[in-house]
Amino acid sequence: MGLELFLDLLSQPCRAVYIFAKKNSIPFELRIVELLKGQHLSEDFALVNPVQKVPALKDGDFTLTESVAILLYLTRKFKVPDHWYPQELQARARVDEYLSWQHTNLRRHCLRVLWHKIMFPVVLGEPVSPEVLEITLAELDLTLQILEDNFLQDKAFLVGPHISLADLVAITELMHPVSAGCPIFDSRPKLAAWSQRVEAELGPPLFQEAHEVILKAGDFPPADPSLKQKLLPRVMAMIG
Amino acid sequence: MGLELYLDLLSQPCRAVYIFAKKIGVPFELRIVELLKGQHCSQEFIQVNPLRKVPVLKDGDFTLAESVAILLYLSRKYEAPDHWYPQDLQACARVDEYLAWQHTSLRRSCSMVLWQKMMLPQFLGERVPPEALAATMAELERCLQLLEDKFLKDDDFLAGPRISVADLVAITELMHPVSAGCSVFQTRPKLAAWQQRVEEEVGAGLFQEAHEVVLKARDLPPVDTAMKDQLKPLVEVLL
Repeated sequence: MGLELFLDLLSQPCRAVYIFAKKNSIPFELRIVELLKGQHLSEDFALVNPVQKVPALKDGDFTLTESVAILLYLTRKFKVPDHWYPQELQARARVDEYLSWQHTNLRRHCLRVLWHKIMFPVVLGEPVSPEVLEITLAELDLTLQILEDNFLQDKAFLVGPHISLADLVAITELMHPVSAGCPIFDSRPKLAAWSQRVEAELGPPLFQEAHEVILKAGDFPPADPSLKQKLLPRVMAMIG
Repeated sequence: MGLELYLDLLSQPCRAVYIFAKKIGVPFELRIVELLKGQHCSQEFIQVNPLRKVPVLKDGDFTLAESVAILLYLSRKYEAPDHWYPQDLQACARVDEYLAWQHTSLRRSCSMVLWQKMMLPQFLGERVPPEALAATMAELERCLQLLEDKFLKDDDFLAGPRISVADLVAITELMHPVSAGCSVFQTRPKLAAWQQRVEEEVGAGLFQEAHEVVLKARDLPPVDTAMKDQLKPLVEVLL
C-alpha cells in the first residue's frame, strides 16, 4: 500500500495538504472521511487516528497527523522545489513563524466565522446571536490586518518573492470565510492581489477542485438530529 | 550587537527558548520584558515586536517571533545535537506533529489553568465562575491523557528514545498548572517519570533557574488599578 491521505476537503488543513500533494505530483491514495456524516468518529478511522481528526497520513506503518507536520513530511520525503520550505536559514524561519502563528490566529478566526455564520445555524440548527457573529467577524478583521501588516507587507508572497507553505496554509484558511459569504478581499486590495498570485501559482483548476466542497457551504443541508448530538460537543471543543 | 532574546520567564514559550538556548550554548543577551508590568506594550518593545508578544529573537537586523520558529532557528544556526530536531524523516515528523498539536490543546489549557486558578483571582482580583474553572480543569485532563496515550506512549521521550524540542515545549507548559498548585504528576506516574527524565537531561540547575519566576507567581501581590486596566484585554481572552 502506497501513501494514503485521509481528508475531507471541507476542512482547511485538508485542502492545504491536498493541493500540496497534487501540485508536487506526489502519488497517493485519497481516502475521503466525511466529517458531516460523522465518518471521523467511526471505529475504522479511530484505528488510523485515535484523535479522530483529519488530515491524517499513512505511509506504510507510519501514521502522521497535524497538517503542518504532514506538509513538512511530504516536503522532505518528495524533495519538492526549495521555495516551498527554503533551505536558507532566515527564509525558513519566516515560514516556521507563519505556520506557528496561524494556529491560534488566522486558523481560529476563519474556522469560527464559517461555523458562526453557516455551520451552526444552517447545518446544526443552532442559532448564533448577531452580537456573537459581529464579534467573530471583528476578530477576523483584526487578524486579516495582522496578516497584511506583519506578514505580507509589500512582498509578493507571505515570506518573500516566492510562494511557500505559508501561502498555501493561509489561502486555504481564507476560503473558509469566503465560502461563508464574507467579502474579505473587497476592502483589502493588497490581500486580493496576493490571493490572485497564489491561485495563479497553484493553478486555477487545482485550486477550484480543492475548494469545490467548501464553496457549496451555503447549500449544505441540515444534519440529522442523531448526528448533530455526536458532532456538537466536538465542534464546541474545536472552536471554543 | 549579538543575538538578543526578549523573554519573560513567566511565559511558557519563553522558558522553552531560554532553556534551549542555554542548554546548547547559544551566546545571547537576555532582554527581560515583564508582562505583568505591561512592558510588552512599551513604545520600545513595540519597535521590536508590533504584535506585543514574547518570546522574540533579534539577530542583527533579523527579528523572529513564535517560540517554535525560534527553537528551530537556534537549532539550525547553532547546529544543536541531532536529537533536538532529528534529521531522520519520521523522527522529525513526530517532533513537528507535537509542536503543531500543542498550540490549540496543551498550551491553551495550561495557560487557562494558571490564569483562571491563580492569576485572575489573586493578581487581578477577578472572580472566575466555578463552572469555567471546572471546564478548564477537565480540558487539561483530556490534554494530559492525549499527551500520555498519543505522544509519550511507551517511549522515554515524546518523539522517541531521545529528548527533543517537543519535550522542552511540553515540560515548560506543564509547569504552568504545577505552579498554580495542580497535582499534574501525582496521579500520572508515566508522566512523572518522563518529567524526571526531561529535568535530568536539561539539568536540574537550569530547569530550576528557568522556573523560578513562575513558581513564585503565587506570591505576587495584587496589581494596581492602572495596570489592571492595561491587562484587561488579556483577562477577556482568558475567561
